[in-house]
Amino acid sequence: MIDIQSVSKSFVTRDADPVHALNEVSLEIYDNEFFTLLGPSGCGKTTLLRLIAGFEAPSSGVIRIAGSNVAALPPQKRPVNTVFQSYALFPHMSVAENIAFGLEMQNAPKSLIDERVREALEMVRLEGFATRRPAQLSGGQQQRVAVARALAPKPSVLLLDEPLSALDLKLRKGMQSELKRLQRETGITFVLVTHDQEEALAMSDRIAVMRSGDVLQVGTPRDIYDNPQDRFVADFIGESNLLPGAALGRDPAKTIVVRPEHIVVSPASDGARGHARGAVSAITFLGSDTLYEVVLEEGARLHSRSRGGAALATGDMVVVDWARDVERELAN
Amino acid sequence: MTGAKPFDWRHTPGLSAYTALIFVFFYAPLLILVIYAFNSSRLVTVWAGFSFKWFVAVANNNSIRDAAFNSVIIAIVATIASTAIATAGALALERGRLRFGRSAATALIAMPLVVPEIVVAITTLIFFSGLGMHHGLINLMIAHTVFCIPFALLPIQARLRDMGGTLEEAGRDLYADEWRLFRRVTLPLLLPAISAGAIMAFVVSLDDFLISMMVSSAGSTTLPVYIYGMMRLGVTPEVNAISTILLAVSIVFVAAALLVGRRNRFA
Repeated sequence: MIDIQSVSKSFVTRDADPVHALNEVSLEIYDNEFFTLLGPSGCGKTTLLRLIAGFEAPSSGVIRIAGSNVAALPPQKRPVNTVFQSYALFPHMSVAENIAFGLEMQNAPKSLIDERVREALEMVRLEGFATRRPAQLSGGQQQRVAVARALAPKPSVLLLDEPLSALDLKLRKGMQSELKRLQRETGITFVLVTHDQEEALAMSDRIAVMRSGDVLQVGTPRDIYDNPQDRFVADFIGESNLLPGAALGRDPAKTIVVRPEHIVVSPASDGARGHARGAVSAITFLGSDTLYEVVLEEGARLHSRSRGGAALATGDMVVVDWARDVERELAN
Repeated sequence: MTGAKPFDWRHTPGLSAYTALIFVFFYAPLLILVIYAFNSSRLVTVWAGFSFKWFVAVANNNSIRDAAFNSVIIAIVATIASTAIATAGALALERGRLRFGRSAATALIAMPLVVPEIVVAITTLIFFSGLGMHHGLINLMIAHTVFCIPFALLPIQARLRDMGGTLEEAGRDLYADEWRLFRRVTLPLLLPAISAGAIMAFVVSLDDFLISMMVSSAGSTTLPVYIYGMMRLGVTPEVNAISTILLAVSIVFVAAALLVGRRNRFA
C-alpha cells in the first residue's frame, strides 16, 4: 500500500547546519492495517507522516502509494487524508460543512455528499451536531469531527498525527477503541503517529519504533515487546531491565534484557541458584502487583514485578531467576 | 510587614480625576467644534442660537461638494486597490516560498509609516513630474493607493501569522486546489482582518492632507486641502459644519468596523 524507500529529509536552517529529520528510512505499510510510527519527540515520525501526506517533499528517496510514485503529487492529489493534532477544523463552517468539504472539493454530487456526511456523523456518533460550529463542541467531539471529516471522502490511507494527545486520560482510552473500530469497519489503512507506547501497543497491527531519524524496528506489538532488537526499543516499549553481561558473569560485550514481570525473586536461604544474587533495596506495592528493586552483588540494579509476591523485606538477601527463553541478548 | 498592602495601580490616588482629564483633553475640542457648527452667528466664538444654516451653506457650496466628491472617490479607489495589493502581499510574505529577505521586505513595505510624511509627499510630487504625469485625480489615486498599502497590509499579515498554516494544510489535504482553498478557507478567515485593513486605508486616505496638497492640482482638490484653503481666509462656521460631517462619517465607519469585527469573531 505505502512503500517508503530510503527516504531522507533534511531541513535547511538559516545559520546552522541542515537538520537531518530522516535518514534513509525504508518501510512498507500494508493494506487495511493499523500501522503506528512510535518514538520520542524529534524522532522524525511527524516528518514521515507529512511526507506521506505531501506537505513536505523528501530530500531523497521514493514514496509509493498504491503502487504509484507520489513525488510529483501535491497533497490535494493524494488519496490520503489527515487528522491533525490540533484538529484544524474550519472555524467558519458548521460540523456538516466541515465534513462535506473534501467531497465538495472532489466535485461529488450533492446527494452523495449529503449521504456521506450523514454516514460519517453516524460513524463517529455525532448525529444531531450537524449544524453546530466547532467552537461549540468539546475537545472530544471536535476530535471526532476531525476523524469524520478525514474519513468522509473514503481515502485509501488515513494519517493520524498524535490525535489523542489533547484529550484527558479517560476520553483517550475511549477514543483508542473507537479508532480501532473505525479502522476495522472502514477497512482503510490507518497510519498513527504517537509517542505513547501504551497507545501504540493497544491499537496497532504493526509498529515502527523510531529514534533520531531512524527506524529501529518494525513488527507486531507482541513481537516488539517480546523481541526487542535494540537497547532503545527494549527500554522505550514497556519496562525493561538492561543488565550488563558482566553483572551476570557472562560476555561483557552484551546487554541482557529481561522484563520485570519475568523475574522471580526468592530468599537466598531457599538455596535456589538463579542467575544472580543481590539484596532487596526497595519494595513498592502496586495493588495487584508488587515491585521489588534488587541491587545485585556486581552492582547492577534490576526491577522485578510479581503478583502477590514472597514475604520479603528491604535488605533481605535474594536470588533472582528467570526462564532462559524470556531474556534477550543484545550487543552493547 | 503585615499591614502593608501590595501595590495596586487601580487604587492610585487621583486616578479617576486624571482619566477624566485625559478624556476632556481628547474630546472637548471636538465637542466645541460640533456645538459651534450649529451656531447661527457668523462669529466662531460667540453663541447666538441654534441653526442648521451652515450645513445648508456647505451643501449649497459647489466647490465643497466637488472636493468632498473627489475625496470620497479617491478614498474608495485607493481602498480597493491598496487592500487588494496588501492582501496579495501579505499572502506572499507569510505563505510564499520566500526563504530569505522576508523581514527586509516587510520593513521596506512598512517604511512609509515611519518616514516623515513631508518627505513622501515631496518625493511623490517629484516622481510624478519626472514622469511628466499630470492626470489630476488619477495621480492622487495612485499616490493614495501607495501610502495606504502598509496600513492595510499590517492587520492582514498579523492575522495570517496568527492563523498559522494548519487550516490551509487541512484544506489542501481535503483536495482543495489553490484557488478554492483561498476562496473557501483563507479568504473567509482573513475577512475580518481585510475589513480592518480596508477601513484603515479608507480613513487614512480620506484624512490625508500633506501628500494630497502636493499632488493635487486645480480640479482635483480634496476636502482636507479645500478646508485648509478656506481656513486661510479665516475660520468660518462652514468649516465647523464640514468637520462635523466628516466626524459623523468617521464615527459611522468605526462603529461599522467594530460590528463587522464582532460578527466575524468565531472563537
